[in-house]
Amino acid sequence: MVEPAVDLTHGHPHDDHEHHGPQGWLKYLWSTDHKVIAMQYMFTGMFMAMVGGFMAYVFRMQLAFPGMNVPGFGMVSMGEYNALVTNHGTIMIFWVAMPVLLAAFGNFLIPLMVGTDDMVFPKINRLSFQVFFVSTIVILASLVVEGGGFAGAWTAYPPLSANETYNLTPLGSTLWVIGVGLEFVAFLLGGINFITTLMNSRAPGMRAFDVPLVVWMIVVASILFMLSVGPLLAGAIMLIFDQTIGTGFFNPATGGDPILWQHLFWFFGHPEVYVVLLPAMGVVIEIIATFARKKVFGYRIVIFTVVATGVLSFFVWAHHQFIAGIDPRMANIFTITTLLISVPIAELCFVYIATLYGGSIRLTTPMLWALAFVAEFLIGGVTGIFLGAAGADIYFHDTYFVLAHFHYTFFPIAIIGTYAAFTYWFPKMFGKMMDDRLGKWHFWLTIIPFNMIFIPLFVLGMGGQHRRISNYSGFSELARDGFQDIRVFATVSLLIMLLAQLIFFYNCWKTWRSGPKAGKNPWKANSLEWTTESPPPHGNWHPDEMPVVHRGPYEFSVPGREDDYWPQNEPPRRDS
Amino acid sequence: MRPIATTRAATGIATGKLAVWWVLASEVVIFGGLLASYVMFRLGHPEWADAAAVTNTYIGAFNTWVLLTSSLTAVLAHQAAEKGDGKRAAMFLYCTIFGALVFLGVKTYEWWYEISHGYTITSNGFWAFYYTAAGLHAFHVIAGAVIMAFVARDAARGRELHRVELIGIYWHFVDIVWIFLFPLLYIAK
Repeated sequence: MVEPAVDLTHGHPHDDHEHHGPQGWLKYLWSTDHKVIAMQYMFTGMFMAMVGGFMAYVFRMQLAFPGMNVPGFGMVSMGEYNALVTNHGTIMIFWVAMPVLLAAFGNFLIPLMVGTDDMVFPKINRLSFQVFFVSTIVILASLVVEGGGFAGAWTAYPPLSANETYNLTPLGSTLWVIGVGLEFVAFLLGGINFITTLMNSRAPGMRAFDVPLVVWMIVVASILFMLSVGPLLAGAIMLIFDQTIGTGFFNPATGGDPILWQHLFWFFGHPEVYVVLLPAMGVVIEIIATFARKKVFGYRIVIFTVVATGVLSFFVWAHHQFIAGIDPRMANIFTITTLLISVPIAELCFVYIATLYGGSIRLTTPMLWALAFVAEFLIGGVTGIFLGAAGADIYFHDTYFVLAHFHYTFFPIAIIGTYAAFTYWFPKMFGKMMDDRLGKWHFWLTIIPFNMIFIPLFVLGMGGQHRRISNYSGFSELARDGFQDIRVFATVSLLIMLLAQLIFFYNCWKTWRSGPKAGKNPWKANSLEWTTESPPPHGNWHPDEMPVVHRGPYEFSVPGREDDYWPQNEPPRRDS
Repeated sequence: MRPIATTRAATGIATGKLAVWWVLASEVVIFGGLLASYVMFRLGHPEWADAAAVTNTYIGAFNTWVLLTSSLTAVLAHQAAEKGDGKRAAMFLYCTIFGALVFLGVKTYEWWYEISHGYTITSNGFWAFYYTAAGLHAFHVIAGAVIMAFVARDAARGRELHRVELIGIYWHFVDIVWIFLFPLLYIAK
């Protein structure tokens, strides 16, 4: 049956008479289509990235030029500075990294890559985004209520977070907890969909080890999230009660303990690193395999490694608390588990390099992002070893060294990984090819300034500069000329990086207006999403032509084949 | 119209059942975190036993019996649904909802009694955990009973009978949480 290529706005011809959902623009707001929900998550996440980026701009300006009237914001008071850094962290992790990497790409890719027409529970999927959208409004509202946004750091340690006489933000801090709690509920709803869709709705013939690695990793990440967030949800209830009705869960005077919050927070907080890391790692290996035209080195090893990482990630949380007064014997144990978890992650990096080895590498824009991810994340990983060892951490704790370290992990995840995924799947999502030359300019003008921001911050951290000071001119030993110059350098680099993002938006706009058509499979990749139209119609494939899988997703450059790729759904030739 | 995705079952387990089990997995860690925190604190504060002595073990035991009986009727509803008898399944589900209402009524009396005698959520650490844990559990009882009412309404008309089993699984979970709460908050003095 020959049917015209249609996009999301028109729906697939087959369901014109079956689908009586809302029409027009309401279709986008009220749709249960996994691709529309993916776009909702994507655009909300991008908007929040701009909010978080603006916050970074304001407080970096304050750090470089203390007391300056920051253009677009004004004077930055100490309270505002704290609210800005707190919400920058919160937003970038919970409202940018998670919705874009996990929810947007999870929603878009899982049904397409396992060869089905939607998530198993489309309405729960829609509910997931709606709850997330409400949480977005709550966190944005928390910034403008009386008293200002929550200013007790994104980790929200009590007593600062629990007692309004300390944090001075009675409304902001409660709204912050509610917003984060709602966000967790949204991702629990989404995660159940991801997991059951992979388990139950795979295309006929697709065995567990025929599933693309990015789907595996997104689902393992969802399981990690699901199993780690519960205690923190319980903790959030306790914290709200402490804030609003005056219970004393975290107050030693009434038999509580502030360290309890730290345990509940980091029992979630450390697996959370892997919740956002794994989808990015999955994206990167898809891109590397496609553009090295080579089978992934050790497909099953990657899956076992990822599962091992997930299990280990539940036993490392107290390395965030080495100076919180925990038992030194406990510090020994957590040092060992923390250093152990670098082994599977290093293994993944070796797998990626081994996949590149001997491949015919094509340096397209997505490939550059993927390679940059491996290189930059490596720096984040190696500096983590310093902090995982309790002895070194006591010196480095709460300095800019820690800050630079986790930005070297989260920036590759949330920004590099996202750009890699976005540029790689853009043709599938919107049906047009992005401009490669602009893409490369954008790549270099993001990556170089990124390093120029955070390498200096490592130096500042090793110099002993504490991270929670809004104005260093009050501390003579920290305001020495050399230190202040480094801060100015980092801020200028940030400005260059933020301006470079305009190239990206221009590229998107230009491609949207006049980009060349992408066709079904522009990268000549194997997985199932490349076998349907770009963009895929409602239902992804015609119901009579749902894909059937015959092989794994990485059969590139197979000897004896004319093409250097072998789509998963192509039936084996009879004569061979 | 159901998407093709919902009709597939590559694992051999029905999708709805699979999802309920994952919901329970995420619920287990919520209550697990709360109760683990409580147990650690309780071990460090032997004086909380005085507060725990105020709770009425007999009323707690009665409520345990009510909840266990409501689980029995949930199982009988499942049995009826398996045989395709939607009316009988609905009748047993309404019995379970009645059990939930009795449980909540007894709980209301207990809380009224305790609060009117000055044992409120802010009194000390024990009471904070007592009201938070039992309150979170009661919230699950309410949610379960509301969903069950919808399932029962459908079942009485012979529709969506597979949901009787799903809500039953959830109800057993609510029951099991109480089996942990009862000794921790009432029996341990």
